Amino acid sequence: MRPGLLLAVGRPLAVPRPVGPGGSLRAGEGPPPTAIDLETVSVWYGKVQAIHNVGMQIPERRITALIGPSGCGKSTLIRCLNRLNDLIEGIRIEGHIRLHGQDIHDPTLDVIELRKRVGMVFQKSNPFPKSIYENAAYGLRVNGEHRRAVLDQVIEQSLRRAALWEEVKDRLHTNALRLSGGQQQRLCIARAIAVEPEVLLLDEPCSALDPIATAKIEELLYSLKERYTIVIVTHNMQQAARVSDDTGFLLMGELIEFGATDTLFTTPQDARTEAYITGRFG
Amino acid sequence: MTPARPARPGRRPRRFDRIPIWFTGSLLGIALLMIVGLLGLIMARGLGTFWPWPLWEVSVADGTRYLGLVHRTELIPQPAERSESPARRTLYRIGNRDVYGLDFVWVDDAQITHRTRPTEAVVLERLEWGPFYGFVQSVRTPIQAVQDDPARRWETLRRELPPARRRARAIRYIERRVVGNINTAMERHRLALRRLELRHALANPLGQAQQRRHEAAIADLNARYARVAADLRAKRQEDAQSRAVFASIDGHVIDLPMSAIVRVYRPNRLSVPGRVGVYLDRLREFVFDPPREANSEGGVAPAIFGTVMMTLLMSLVVVPLGILAALYLHEYARQGWLVSSVRIAVNNLAGVPSIVFGVFGLGFFCYFLGGTIDHLWFPERLPTPTFGGGGILWASLTLALLTVPVVIVATEEALAAVPNGLREASLACGATKFQTIWRVVLPSAVPGVLTGTILAMARGAGEVAPLMITGVVKLAPDLPIDQVAPFLHLERKFMHLGFHIYDVGFQSPNVEASKAMVYMTTLLLLGVVVCLNLAAMQIRGRLRAKLGGGDV
Ligand SMILES: Nc1ncnc2c1ncn2[C@@H]1O[C@H](COP(=O)(O)OP(=O)(O)OP(=O)(O)O)[C@@H](O)[C@H]1O
Ligand SMILES: [Mg+2]
Repeated sequence: MRPGLLLAVGRPLAVPRPVGPGGSLRAGEGPPPTAIDLETVSVWYGKVQAIHNVGMQIPERRITALIGPSGCGKSTLIRCLNRLNDLIEGIRIEGHIRLHGQDIHDPTLDVIELRKRVGMVFQKSNPFPKSIYENAAYGLRVNGEHRRAVLDQVIEQSLRRAALWEEVKDRLHTNALRLSGGQQQRLCIARAIAVEPEVLLLDEPCSALDPIATAKIEELLYSLKERYTIVIVTHNMQQAARVSDDTGFLLMGELIEFGATDTLFTTPQDARTEAYITGRFG
Repeated sequence: MTPARPARPGRRPRRFDRIPIWFTGSLLGIALLMIVGLLGLIMARGLGTFWPWPLWEVSVADGTRYLGLVHRTELIPQPAERSESPARRTLYRIGNRDVYGLDFVWVDDAQITHRTRPTEAVVLERLEWGPFYGFVQSVRTPIQAVQDDPARRWETLRRELPPARRRARAIRYIERRVVGNINTAMERHRLALRRLELRHALANPLGQAQQRRHEAAIADLNARYARVAADLRAKRQEDAQSRAVFASIDGHVIDLPMSAIVRVYRPNRLSVPGRVGVYLDRLREFVFDPPREANSEGGVAPAIFGTVMMTLLMSLVVVPLGILAALYLHEYARQGWLVSSVRIAVNNLAGVPSIVFGVFGLGFFCYFLGGTIDHLWFPERLPTPTFGGGGILWASLTLALLTVPVVIVATEEALAAVPNGLREASLACGATKFQTIWRVVLPSAVPGVLTGTILAMARGAGEVAPLMITGVVKLAPDLPIDQVAPFLHLERKFMHLGFHIYDVGFQSPNVEASKAMVYMTTLLLLGVVVCLNLAAMQIRGRLRAKLGGGDV
């Protein structure tokens, strides 16, 4: 499908790219609407600057990948998008981040509301030590939803979307910690999408998983992008190439290059990008 | 040239490696040995107490005879230059305190001319004066008097004892419950009158009407009391007609109503099952009955009850208090020098002598809080304090204060052990900070909190000094929970096993006789602490399994 890509990565893809409805959206259409707009975002941990003047427009209902060497600030950047960084003491964030035009640092905006609209899945799967059912229901419950019928229905739907339903439907009330690592990560995805967020942030969701579980999750992302704007941080360039529509390359806190995945992987504009994707450093 | 010696394969270092193992291992061994030794001593001294040991009749060279139990033997201390084989002497418990004045007598073994175990000798445990060792002389009931044949005397005594016990129970019921209820009602009316007086309500007609009503009620109660008292007198008279007469070995005679007999048995004739029966019965009495005779006889049930209730009350207070404080310190407060110094202060609080907490509890809880409560809600009872003196509530609060550092430290550690990923996951789902703490952080921290609770309970249950000034007494007439409304009397003084040990062991007029009770009470206190802890550990184990992947 993408011969240039194969050359650039230098290895055949382990997983065939699933074909979805979004797959053919690419060519010939106008620029897609922006979901998240970052404008000169800089982040300091105390005196150390971790993000330098990043500006990018993350398009709606597409998968945007963030790649870059370890420590370049990918997690920092993605955690700015749902203001999870607010918890860290001594952090300072400058610039503007707008979700559908609304500044997320606006004092009138409720950060709880924001986090309901921007879901997140973490690198290390972190299901609560509760039942599978309660994990998936968590977002609804903290929202005040207690009607059993609604919960049942939403949980089934989100577990199905997270491709976990068939595996757990007979043991919804067993402890989530008994699931395998990959299942746990899919449960975390189900938990995040149960509240119907607009944006789904994934910070290296597959780093602890084997290729098969990874493939399942990639497939899942691909099917989820009909409904959600997805931002995924990954170390794995094949993964970025396989699943994403757009890719941003971060280096030492700076956004070096951001553009359509095909272009970035085949004809990178910047020498550093090329060096990174061809594996010469990082 | 010397041939190269092959390197010895690291023998010396390995030997040095062993030293820490021996060192730590032997220290642990010493610690264990001390604990096991202590427990063994307590058990050996305590558990033998209730066994019906044989009664010995001892004749001494000067013609006196004793009947008693062997209490202990020892070598007679002798000057060093005398080289004969050391002589022994034996301490006999000869009981009969009302007759002899003292319970014990030393007998030189060398002076003993004759030693037997008379089969008819009885041990008589009675309500007063401690045990009596002697023989049954006669048994008298309203319909018969038996004194001829020892076997028939014994039979009659055994037969008459249960009805006598029933009569005693009926009398006690009237004395305590019926008369007690009348007294309570009377006190209520008296207090109502006093309240009217304090409100200056006696001048107006309404108040006067009320006054007349209360006075009529009191008169009525007085009449009822007179009827009950007459009934009681009759019952007592009837009861006093069934009597047993016992004689000591040297011919002293005591004559007592059968209802005053707690237990009587012939230790030298008992079979092994019979001995076990007596043993178990005395053990049951110890655990389930109230004390008698200045705590040196009978049981410790009120003290067990007081200890458990106080410990539970304390936990009820200390756990929420400790959790809230730890939550604030760990989850909400901005970490800085202020929080660090608060933390250090909390840790140091654990090192303050417990008596200081007691003094604080007495001043703040009893006098200040209790006194204020008395002034606001119970002015009619003054100057008798209601809450303004020591009580189980104040004692529990004092101990809660004493043990709160333990809970705070344990909870903080438990909170620190909750992975941050869980907090972030919860927040990322749109939960508020409070929801995150309530639904995710706290449940994960509960096992750690329970560890703190276990430590706090163990510390609190064994503490005595602060209790002595905040509400423990050697003999509490009523339990803090009973059938009189409002059922829970948190202002009442209570008994406590730890204080009981001190009281029986060091304040008792008859130390030698009550020593065994000290060991038993200690054993029981340990047992209570172990039970409370096992319960908490059971809960913690379940929760751990749940959090670690067990069924929810
Ligand atoms: N809480 C923090 N306090 C101080 N510095 C931090 C903190 N978190 C991250 N940093 C620093 O910010 C920089 C970017 O970190 P970040 O976690 O965003 O990297 P990353 O791109 O996600 O790396 P990786 O791929 O290894 O996860 C690093 O230099 C890191 O040391
Ligand atoms: Mg990262």
